Amino acid sequence: MDNEKLKRELFRPSKAAKQERRGKFISFSALALIVVAVSAIILFVTMKGLAAFTQNHVNVIDFFTGRDWNPSVKGANGQPEAGALPMITGSFLVTIFSALLATPFAIGTAIFMIEISPKRGAKILQPVTELLVGIPSVVYGFIGLMVVVPTVRTLFGGSGFGILSGTLVLFVMILPTVTSMTADALRSVPRYYREASLALGATQWQTIWRVILRAATPGILTAIVFGMARSFGEALAVQMVIGNAALMPTSLVSPSSTLTSVLTTGMGNTVMGSLQNNVLWSLALVLLLMSLLFNLIIRLIGKKGAMK
Amino acid sequence: MLVNPSHAVDPSKERHIELLSDPAHPVILETHDLKVFYGQKEALKDADLQFNEHEITALIGPSGSGKSTFLRSLNRMNDRVAKVTGEINYRGIDINQPDVDIYAMRRQIGMVFQRPNPFAKSIYENIAFALRQRGVTNRHELDDIVESSLKGAALWDQVKDDLNKSALSLSGGQAQRLCIARAIAVKPDILLLDEPASALDPVSTSQLENTLLELKRDYTIIIVTHNMQQASRISEYTAFFNMGRVLEYDTTTNIFTNPQIQITSDYVSGNFG
Repeated sequence: MDNEKLKRELFRPSKAAKQERRGKFISFSALALIVVAVSAIILFVTMKGLAAFTQNHVNVIDFFTGRDWNPSVKGANGQPEAGALPMITGSFLVTIFSALLATPFAIGTAIFMIEISPKRGAKILQPVTELLVGIPSVVYGFIGLMVVVPTVRTLFGGSGFGILSGTLVLFVMILPTVTSMTADALRSVPRYYREASLALGATQWQTIWRVILRAATPGILTAIVFGMARSFGEALAVQMVIGNAALMPTSLVSPSSTLTSVLTTGMGNTVMGSLQNNVLWSLALVLLLMSLLFNLIIRLIGKKGAMK
Repeated sequence: MLVNPSHAVDPSKERHIELLSDPAHPVILETHDLKVFYGQKEALKDADLQFNEHEITALIGPSGSGKSTFLRSLNRMNDRVAKVTGEINYRGIDINQPDVDIYAMRRQIGMVFQRPNPFAKSIYENIAFALRQRGVTNRHELDDIVESSLKGAALWDQVKDDLNKSALSLSGGQAQRLCIARAIAVKPDILLLDEPASALDPVSTSQLENTLLELKRDYTIIIVTHNMQQASRISEYTAFFNMGRVLEYDTTTNIFTNPQIQITSDYVSGNFG
């Protein structure tokens, strides 16, 4: 065998090797771009968000516990009135209430889709859910404004704007997301769990309740947290129905606000670099940190719930 | 050796023995004209078989021959996926009727699957599962049944100190014996086993076979297997399935040493399938 010839052949730069190098480079660049963009956003929001505390000397504790939001006015202690507690409270209330409301409906729908009537589930419910996910939030907000707010006003009094209307609109908005993720979680429960349970004489209901839901719990929790993250971050639809008064909510129907609604209403009225603008960035930072937290929770659930 | 397919589907070539009526081992389960359809496809054609109490019957045959389909129809696990017609007489009662309570029936006719399928719960809870949903809450009673079931499945000595450990930490052979323990915890009459050893190593397989031979004293066992030696080692009777038909049914000794049909002989001697 001609050793030299073989060597030349083996070490010749081939087209395939070149293509592979190029492909690797392209996918790595795409990844690097995303990493750079995300870190830049986090860095930027953090720097801007901290400016209110470092440059304008807003007290951090006052920011999180103060109940008065009026950054252009100085309060009794000579500090600007920048208490974000009303918005933080509002955000958490609509998030928790909408998740509490959506969870039973989502689980019920998903059980019907996957366990009870898979055929109709796949034919009717699946497309409907997907359609609902795709409706723009301004449409939900508009319906909320025209239908939910007047109804709440008639039934519960007040102006109709407030936590309750926000909760109802968010409930409808996150329901399809939570439902389809819950359905995925149920679908991923291995078939042999169902068979094992049925072969032991368990009824379909016992099987769903004690085996399938139990096995799908991590996935369902992930779906709920995902829905909460969406509730927490939703701006437009909430802003249209919550009343946008930066006040502590006194009841479910008193006009109030969320972090996002204050941001969207306030950002056009402030000058970049001013105190009023900087505290908005602080709100944005709180939002960002919360969504990172939600992400972390989802990962933790996924890791803990992985079958051992 | 090449087998002529027409040979296999010729009904005149079928050969069934009538089980001898034996007072010690009366017939406990028999099927009559059992047919199974997956959509338009007839997966099982007119199966007529009888099973004796406290004996082991093996169902053998090549892949797709209908033996697993037959087994799964016996406790109506095929209800939602296939159409099953014909009679399944369990102690004289046809259980293939729509108004039979399939949940109560499955407590009498339990099943163990090909792949060990313990729940993602503790070893103890895996066995207590079926008892709890039947309303057994007394801790002592549960403890007793868990212990006797694990002993029955020859697993007690290995796991008695780890009852609260996850069942998913068991080895394949242990997990399969846990599934058997889980099945016998509800004291069924008949145990159906669908290739229970096909995912196990040889040592676990032989332990499983010894367990089955022990269990035969209290239970009637019907087992689907791909393993000829396994069938000959543990069963009293053997049914040979091919292309959706029961071609030959006889004592295991006769099936393996003196098969009456050419295709059975080819199969048990490893010439096809």
